[in-house]
Amino acid sequence: MTPEEQNFMRKIEAEEKIEPKDWMPDAYRKNLIRQISQHAHSEVIGMQPEGNYITRAPSLRRKAVLISKVQDEAGHGLYLYSAAETLGISRSEMIEQLQSGKAKYSSIFNYPVLTWADIAAIGWLVDGAAIVNQVSLQRTSYGPYSRGMIRICKEESFHQRQGYEAMLALAKGSPEQKAMAQDALNRFYWPALMMFGPHDSDSAHSQKSMEWKIKRETNDDLRQKFVDQTVKQIEVLGLDHPDQAIKWNEARGHYDSSDLNWDEFWSVINGNGHCNRQRIEHHIAAHDEGEWVRDAITAYNEKKRAKKAQQAA
Amino acid sequence: MSEAIKAATLEYATRLGDDSVVLGHRISEWISYGPFLEEDIAYGNVSLDYIGRARMFYTYAAELANDGRDEDDFAYMRNDREYRNLLLMEMPKGDFAYSQVRQLFADVYYTYVLPELLQSKDETLSAIAAKAIKETKYHLRRSRDWVLRLGDGTEESHKRTQKAVDALWGYTHELFDMDETEQMLADAGIAVDVSKLRGAWLAKVTEILTEATLTVPADDWAVRGGRVGYHTENLGHMLTEMQIVHRSFPGCKW
Repeated sequence: MTPEEQNFMRKIEAEEKIEPKDWMPDAYRKNLIRQISQHAHSEVIGMQPEGNYITRAPSLRRKAVLISKVQDEAGHGLYLYSAAETLGISRSEMIEQLQSGKAKYSSIFNYPVLTWADIAAIGWLVDGAAIVNQVSLQRTSYGPYSRGMIRICKEESFHQRQGYEAMLALAKGSPEQKAMAQDALNRFYWPALMMFGPHDSDSAHSQKSMEWKIKRETNDDLRQKFVDQTVKQIEVLGLDHPDQAIKWNEARGHYDSSDLNWDEFWSVINGNGHCNRQRIEHHIAAHDEGEWVRDAITAYNEKKRAKKAQQAA
Repeated sequence: MSEAIKAATLEYATRLGDDSVVLGHRISEWISYGPFLEEDIAYGNVSLDYIGRARMFYTYAAELANDGRDEDDFAYMRNDREYRNLLLMEMPKGDFAYSQVRQLFADVYYTYVLPELLQSKDETLSAIAAKAIKETKYHLRRSRDWVLRLGDGTEESHKRTQKAVDALWGYTHELFDMDETEQMLADAGIAVDVSKLRGAWLAKVTEILTEATLTVPADDWAVRGGRVGYHTENLGHMLTEMQIVHRSFPGCKW
């Protein structure tokens, strides 16, 4: 090990944060860029399925809550892009990678949002799963990412409470509303569990990420936490648990549950879910349509600068 | 409050609520479609401000109506022929230039309407205006900046922006129309006499458009009818979308 590497590993072991100007191994940098940009893209693509219901929200209050939630997601996308930029990649490069399919985003957003209850389920389960992961990432070894997570977690837990409260209103509402809630739970429960990624044994990036303390807990451990916390929440709603095999295991101190449909997981990851194509096309269309606007800003700023220079001369 | 004044105030609050909910809805259509992420956030902010205003106006209308309706009954249970918003607010989102020009026209309008509404003898309307004035300052800063940049940006952005100004101009005249209901309320010191505000509006808009190298159109056409429910075809589609879930489950709480 070079002295630089030794110093780096010493910091990691001592739980000191790595900061943008510090020396870091190339693979650490690459791994972080991959993870943070994927996280940023997830926030941004996640705006689509939820945004899809802004214009149809069933009450003005719910509409306002949903708009501010989607707006928060955009804000999270921004902090995360900025955090990744500290590692030497630009936002436009990241967007390019998203649009070309080189960079991934959370597969959950490739599932269609069909009913209002899906919006509630996303807030409750998807933001709930995200928080389990992000709470753990507050202790990640890279300073800007860790600080971003601390900030984001506060907002996500607010979203999760809003989502659960919206779900509760449905579950305690009319029979049709309750059926809508059950249907959304049945569809979003499994993909929410898949958000934690493949089993540890199948996870390409896990081991090194754990060693460098980019990730602090394994996919399976985080998933178990989420399974455990969700059982009681479903009971309070008075809905049926989608997993008939769910069972408390006294010896483990955790719930046992069914294995996931990994064929579906890989199929969606590889771009073949219900909405993969639609999400990327939407992003590209909005980006392309915005090009003349971005060009206008550049042209305007150049004109102003030229005018200023002329005045100064 | 006399019965006549009360009924007119109910109508007035409903009109202002309709303006806000319709414009707020149109702005919200931009979320995830903006030219970059910062704009999605800004659109969210502005939209939230308008939805917030709509809720306050409708809640007040519901209080005056005192017939068991709430804010959502006003927003979701009335048809397009019953809506009383200004036509400008319901025009579709169009391209980015179109939405920003509409926003500029609306923001300049509220810049002059709200300080007057703040003086209203009706405490609730005055309180809503007090909150909205602060929001509109920020809205105008943003729409003005955009119109300057788009108007004086590239050839394409200039062309699109001028096209938007020309297309929307004819819908701005009714912003300053008064009818018997509003005149009665204005005489009682409750409503704003908008007919007195066109001069100020035109001066400000002219100043901004000129700085943006855009041409102020001639006043050779005007479309009117929002305040009597004579809408463009756009509102029906907008309300169909907005009201579908609420109306599909009658009587439900959300």
